[in-house]
Amino acid sequence: MAVIRDMIPAFELFQPTSVEDAIALLDRYGEDGWVLSGGLDSFDWFKDRIKRPTAVVDLVNLDELRGVRSNGDGVEVGALTTLTDVATQPELMSSYGVLADAAARIATPQIRNRGTLGGNLVQDTRCWYYRGGWPCYRAGGNTCYAASPTAMNREHCIMGSSRCVAVNSSDTASALIALDAQCVIVGPRGERVVAAEDFFMRPSVDIERMTVLNPGELLTAVRLPARWAGQRFYYEKVEDRKAWDFALMTVASAMRMNGGTIEEARLAVNGVAPYPVRLTEAESLIRGQVPSDDLGMRAGDLAVARAQPLRHNDFKVPLMRNLVRRAVRGVED
Amino acid sequence: MELWRSAVNPWNQEVLIGVSWDLMWAAIIVGAAFVAAHAVWARFLVPAAAAAADDTSSGLPSRILRHAMSERVFHWLMALAMLVLLVTAFFPVLGIQFAWVTIHWVAGVLLTVMIVYHIIHSIFWQDFWAMWIDRADVRAGLAELKNAFARNGRKAPKAAKYPVDHKLFHHSAGVAGIVAIVTGILMMLRLETPFWAANPYLLADDTWGVVYVLHGLSGVALITLTISHIYFAVRPDKWWITRSMILGWIPRSHFLEHHDPERWVVTEGDEPGPRIAAPRAEASVGGGSATSDAGASS
Repeated sequence: MAVIRDMIPAFELFQPTSVEDAIALLDRYGEDGWVLSGGLDSFDWFKDRIKRPTAVVDLVNLDELRGVRSNGDGVEVGALTTLTDVATQPELMSSYGVLADAAARIATPQIRNRGTLGGNLVQDTRCWYYRGGWPCYRAGGNTCYAASPTAMNREHCIMGSSRCVAVNSSDTASALIALDAQCVIVGPRGERVVAAEDFFMRPSVDIERMTVLNPGELLTAVRLPARWAGQRFYYEKVEDRKAWDFALMTVASAMRMNGGTIEEARLAVNGVAPYPVRLTEAESLIRGQVPSDDLGMRAGDLAVARAQPLRHNDFKVPLMRNLVRRAVRGVED
Repeated sequence: MELWRSAVNPWNQEVLIGVSWDLMWAAIIVGAAFVAAHAVWARFLVPAAAAAADDTSSGLPSRILRHAMSERVFHWLMALAMLVLLVTAFFPVLGIQFAWVTIHWVAGVLLTVMIVYHIIHSIFWQDFWAMWIDRADVRAGLAELKNAFARNGRKAPKAAKYPVDHKLFHHSAGVAGIVAIVTGILMMLRLETPFWAANPYLLADDTWGVVYVLHGLSGVALITLTISHIYFAVRPDKWWITRSMILGWIPRSHFLEHHDPERWVVTEGDEPGPRIAAPRAEASVGGGSATSDAGASS
């Protein structure tokens, strides 16, 4: 593991007052630029001296990226909205409770006060080989130290790997995928909007990035569609201790009910793959069915059908099966 | 320009991790420069060639089989695999992103199978030595070079079935391809498959570095070789050769123009397809069949 040094290597600090200025700065510095919002992921990297950006673009002055506002088709949550605000904002709590629940389960109150929704989504993986500065695939090398026969990989993935077996650590990602959220990205070439499930990069496409954000681009907001407001939600996070820990796994579901049957459903799990996984096959299975424990078990079995655990994380298979079961059944034990 | 990439491994040793992507650009630039230079040279410095003269009295059929069906199928499948490998290897580096890993190794496995087939086929069923560079080839190659640079107007000796530049390309692509295949197979051992568990510690880090560098070097070499190969394939004056890789045969006129019947002995008895424009007088030659050397290497 890397030795933590308290002195952060020098960099040029910018605090732009508009998104346009921030984009211009990020475009100017490209790969050498770094976006700073809450700083909870960034300062680890800087102190470990593993990431050494030339320029840090601190978004602290971009008030336009904070807050929750109605946009005609649901709500738009600014990327710099703190996790505390996401967890306690009345409209989110009443209409998009799955996201408020997810935000409320992150780390500690102090961290939620600093951390932002955008930062939680774009945070880097917690794989300790990677964060320790080892020259793994994700760091530009050609080895996955976590996938080797002797590796410590209890927290790593059980599906979706392509050379890298790290997992995505965002607690809100699964909730946003369940809500069919849209991520608004602004860059030098304008704005683009991608679905939350497509926001996260597959290692088979680009092994060095966690999201589809290109150098010079900024996640500015997340849009939650009205069609999922107030539906039946479920969110659960499993971690090694009750608080202040990264998730071993999270599950989120959103179901539109018609009478007693599931008219439409979206299920997502995080902590099982290098990206949050939407469970489309399980969604198809439960559509038109009455939620029950049996249906949940069948959905869980389907969800883990392609799981390939590593040496030390077999436990994630029954964990995922049971989380999906509970998300479908809808009652947290 | 850097030649390779390196990193510090967990044991604080600096090890190679691959070639520098600068070499990819160098390979593209070298290939493009060669194409441009040759195109200018061929357009302005080479005297226009007279149309190939036919000789119906030569006793040869109007069509000479150059590539049997099996050789043509092999060639185009190999070309497809090679193009897929180059696209999946280098397009992501160029910024065109897609899930390339699985496509790359599947194409690599197909290429490996085809190359193994080709080696066995050429040793046991074809004239293995047809692709060998002999003294006559060296003389012909030197004469071609003198003619190209000194423009002395002397015609180089005619080739056997394969001109020396074709043989040089074959051997260059062969070496690059075999290096890519051997190193690629080693690299596959680092991937988890249903047949084996991934093991990055099979070789030492610095040995893996050499494997990656060799794989990269062969890859960038194949960029230049592929550019030059496609360029010659689409040149109008070489189209008769490219067409033979599609249809199988070359016209008798081109055979007589470019090949030495003493070195490429056309045997009778093989029929590559229906004749076209065959002079009536020679219809009886070969008993209505065009002829070929079924034993020649592709």
